[in-house]
Order: sequence, then C-alpha cells, then structure tokens
Amino acid sequence: MLETFLFFLFAIVAVVGALGMLIARNPVSSALWMIMTLFSIACLYITLNAEFIGVIQVLVYAGAIMVLFLFVIMLLNLESMPSLGDLDWRKVVAFALGIAVLAQLLVVISLKLDVMPEPVAIAEAADATSATNIGIALLTEHSFSLEIIGVLLLAATVGAVMLAKKRFV
Amino acid sequence: MYDFLLPDMGATAPILLVALIGVVLVVVDSFSNDSASIPWLSGAVLVAAITIELARVGVTDSAFMGHVMSGGFASFVNVVILLGALGSVILSVPYLSRTGHNFGEVHALILIATAGMMVLANAGSLITLFVGLETMSICLYVLTGLVRDNERANESALKYFLLGAFSTGFFLYGIALLYGATGTMMLSDMPAALVETGRTGFFAGGVALLLIGFFFKVSAVPFHMWTPDVYQGAPTTLAGFMSTASKTAAFAALILVLGRILPLDDVGLDTRHVLAIVAAITMVVGNVLALAQRNIKRMLAYSSIAHAGYILTGLAAGALGYAGALYYLLAYTVMNIGAFGVMSVLEWDGKQGAEQTIDSLAGIGSRKPLLGVAMGVFMFALSGFPPLAGFFGKYFVFAAAVDAGLTWLALIGVLASVVSAYYYLRVLVAFWMKKPEDAHVSVQSAAFDVPLFSKVVLVACVAALIALGIVPGFITEAAGAFFVTPEATALLP
Repeated sequence: MLETFLFFLFAIVAVVGALGMLIARNPVSSALWMIMTLFSIACLYITLNAEFIGVIQVLVYAGAIMVLFLFVIMLLNLESMPSLGDLDWRKVVAFALGIAVLAQLLVVISLKLDVMPEPVAIAEAADATSATNIGIALLTEHSFSLEIIGVLLLAATVGAVMLAKKRFV
Repeated sequence: MYDFLLPDMGATAPILLVALIGVVLVVVDSFSNDSASIPWLSGAVLVAAITIELARVGVTDSAFMGHVMSGGFASFVNVVILLGALGSVILSVPYLSRTGHNFGEVHALILIATAGMMVLANAGSLITLFVGLETMSICLYVLTGLVRDNERANESALKYFLLGAFSTGFFLYGIALLYGATGTMMLSDMPAALVETGRTGFFAGGVALLLIGFFFKVSAVPFHMWTPDVYQGAPTTLAGFMSTASKTAAFAALILVLGRILPLDDVGLDTRHVLAIVAAITMVVGNVLALAQRNIKRMLAYSSIAHAGYILTGLAAGALGYAGALYYLLAYTVMNIGAFGVMSVLEWDGKQGAEQTIDSLAGIGSRKPLLGVAMGVFMFALSGFPPLAGFFGKYFVFAAAVDAGLTWLALIGVLASVVSAYYYLRVLVAFWMKKPEDAHVSVQSAAFDVPLFSKVVLVACVAALIALGIVPGFITEAAGAFFVTPEATALLP
C-alpha cells in the first residue's frame, strides 16, 4: 500500500516538474524544475531498493549535469523565449495524440515479438545493484578497467588543458 | 581471497607499464622545463614493453577474470601497436620540435593512446573493449588538434571528435543490445548464452551497431568521410600513428569479436556477406578517390581506406583469413609509418603539409637520395610489388578469400590494387623524374636536415619490409598458430 502511494507521489511530482520545466519562461527556473524531476526519479529508484542508482542519479544528474546546464545558460545568456500564447495548441494536441498512438503500437509490436525482457524480482535486482556488490565488482573483476578509466580521465583533462591554454599556442 | 590480481598485473604488465609511464610523464613535464628526457623515457618504456611481449608470444593466457587477453594473439598485436608507437615517437621528436610543438604532454598522450589501443586489442569482454576504444580515441582527438594556430588542424580535430563521439554512441548501443540479448559481457560466453536465451533479433541489432562502430574506426566505406580531412590536418607523424597503430588495434578487436561471437551459423546469423560487401566498396572507393588527390597526405589517407578494404577482405574469409590479416597489419604498419615519416621531413608549407602538392616535391629524390629510395620502397610496398611485404600481405588475404569461396571479392581486390599502382608510382615520378620548376622550393627543401634518428627509423622500415617480404613464413606461422584450425594452417606457405 505504502509502495503504491509513494510511487504515485513521486511519479506525479516528476511529471509536474517536467511540465513546469517546459512551461517556465525563464531558463534558470526551467533548470530548477528539471532538478525536481530528477530528484523524484531518484526517489523512485530508492523505493525500488536500488539505492546505489538513486544516489548516483542525485550526484550525477541533479548535481553535476545540472550545474553544467546552468553554466551553459549563463554563458549563452538566453533571453528571448517564445511566450506560451504563441503556441499552436492544435499542434500540441496532435503531437500528444501521435505519441500516444506510437506508444500503443510499440507496446503491441513488442508484445507480439516477445522482445521485452522478463521482469526480475525486486529482491534479486536490489542484490545485484547494491553499493557493496558494485564496489566489490569494481575493485576485483573490473579493477583493470577502473585503472584504465582513471588514466583515460587524466588524458582527457590534460588534453582539454592543452587545447585551451595559452602557453600551447 | 583476491590473490589472483597480482599475477594478473604481471600478465598485463606491458599495458600497465605504458599507461603508468604516460601518467608519470605528465608529472615529470609539470616539474621540469627540460623536455629532452621525456622522449627518451617514452622510447625506453615502449622498447621494454616490446621485449616483454615478444617473450610472451608463445603463451596463451588471460587476466582479470577473462576481461583481458594476454600472450599469443594479444602479444603479437601489442608488438605491432608498440612498434608503430615507437616509430612515431622517434619521428615525432624532430618534427614537433621544428614546428614548436614538442611538449611533454604530447608524449604522455601518445603513450596513453598506445595503452588504450592495447586494451582494445586485448579485450576479453565488452567493457574492456569500450574502455580501450575510448582511451585511444580521446587521446587521438587531442593529438589531431595539436597545432592550434592551423585552421585546418582545428577543423579536422573538431570533425574527428564529433564524428568519433557519434560512432561511439553506435558502439555503445551495440554493446547494450548484445548484453541485453545474452546477459553477459564476456565475449567467450556469448555464443552459448545466446543459444540459451534465443534473443537473436536483439543480438543481430547489437552486432550491426557494433560493426558500424568498428567500420568507423578502421575507416571503411561508407564510414570513411573523416579520414582524409583528419590525416591532412593532423601533424604528419601523428597521422602516421593514427593510421597504423589505431587501425591495428581496431582490426585486432574486430578479429576478437568476429572470431568469438560471430560464428553463429547455428542461429542463422552470418556477417560474412556484410564484411565482404563493405570490403569490396571500401577497396573500390578508396583506390578510385586516391587517384584524384594532389596532396600526398590526403592521398595516403585514401590509400589507408583502401588498405582497410584489403584487410576486411581477409576478415570476410573467416578464420582462414585472420592470420593473413595479422601479417598484413604488421606490413602495413611498417610501410605507412615509413611513408608518413618521409613526408614529415619534406614539409615546408608551414601547414603540416596540408597544402603541399605532389608537384612541389619534384626532384627531391636526387637531392636527398636516402629519402627518395626509402619512399620508393614504401610506395612499391603499398602498391603490392613482390618481393616486398605488401605483396605477401595482399597475397595472404586474397588467397584466403578465394579459399572461402569469395573469388569475386579477391578479383575486385586485385583490380583495385592495379589501379592503386598509378597513384603510388606518381609520387615516385615526382620524386625522381621531374625537374623542380620553382627554384624557391628547391632552396627551401635543401634547408631541411634529416635527423639521424629519423634516418635510422626509415632505414629500419625499409629493411623490415624487405625482410618480411623475403621470409614471410615466420610471421605467418606465429600468427597462424593463434587460430589453430586445420584449414587456416594449411593455407600458409
């Protein structure tokens, strides 16, 4: 019962955030609305026992990527957004209907072709994605890849500085 | 509990060593203004890695729970990649010093790119495949745009980066679909897992996307558009590095993927037709477009597209052609490093040779006989004249194609390489048989000294091409042993 309640609570908050992002005329408020959506999606992950993905969602999307968005908004200085009154509402309705029909078709086709993966029990999925298990896998089975990714990030940083800094002209 | 990690580090020592020294070079460069020791350090680590790999060619091993291959095939490919890197480093030092871009970071990025290529070529799972591919690509994007005051270099770096990022997307979606279809990231477990789950539709989609990613990296038609622009704009010696080592790594990874997950006749998937058709188009388009080029670097770029087609011919032949393709990759690395090396000491347009025409090199051969003779050997080898290594490379891949029943493909390949002789020999005509019309040019060309180390590399490349051509057997035997099917070994001389 609580699960269902929480799901609908966060789902509604996520959808409201997404709509708010579209409707807001100020780019910065749009970005803030989007943070709300991302946060409630993180909460949805946590109610599914996927704490690790939930935390990563907050850290990466609601944190790092949104900061990046805000920087871009600041740099580009977007001011003139078309006002809502200029929208052709018939197109909006047509678009929504089109998406609905497409979604129905995709569901029918995927059911017919049996391409959808089987749902996994929550307990099993939660075990596979727990922070402990991911940590152990990263530092044992994937320790080599982890090291190489570290080198890759260093190379990307060095390269960005090389291409951007004055000394290297 | 995890004691295996230590011996595994020994098994992957060359990769870790090269990556480690790459990181160390970044630190060394930030603390000292003396950059002279940095190329020596990176040359030394490459030689050390080559030595370790040569000692391990005989063993077959894997490390990190099968995520990385080691020894045997992996060692052979690593040697080719490391040789390409070593040649490029030695040729780059005088070249970059002359253009004022001999930074320590360049050598660090070359080493890290080399480590990435080795990871890509030794991948045992889709994760290491992707990590290696990205490590290699990101370093190469930066190296392409090294000369920032050259607009063409900026253009080519941006083009390479955007298209490369796009192709990475394809690659990653392919990996996701393959994982979704089989539930495993390990290449060796995939065929069994696929039969178990029976999701061939997903799997075929994943294979298609993965192949698009690979075709982009080896610059096969129709995913070749970036190659001429990138090679023309990039610093010449580094273009040589890209065209040889990264291509070797991508082809080796393709062989791993094809050999391990694609013998899927039992589930009704056969990619050999796709490979054969792409190989045919690549050979024809690469060679025909190369005819029209006036700039040597652009011509070499189209020639590298054509050579990707020849190697794909070997891969299309299935397991029969893998050993021939490996021999081809070695020969191609040697001749292309040499050709780009010669061009790197014959540039006086101040634009990394991006605007220099073939005619501007008229009469260079008699002025600098060593360069002229070396270029002659490289051009004959690239066009496939016996007894140089290029001829046997082509012979092995085409013979494998004929044995696999793809006679039409071998025929297209032979005709295409006949066409290629025209543009390779045109370079030699300019080098030896034309008189310089412009006195200004000949004065400038005489001003360049050919550094001792560049001479050593070029002479070594010439000697290697002749040696590989006269006794191809020991390479093909070593390479053939990695694919121990009776048919594969019967083909070799």
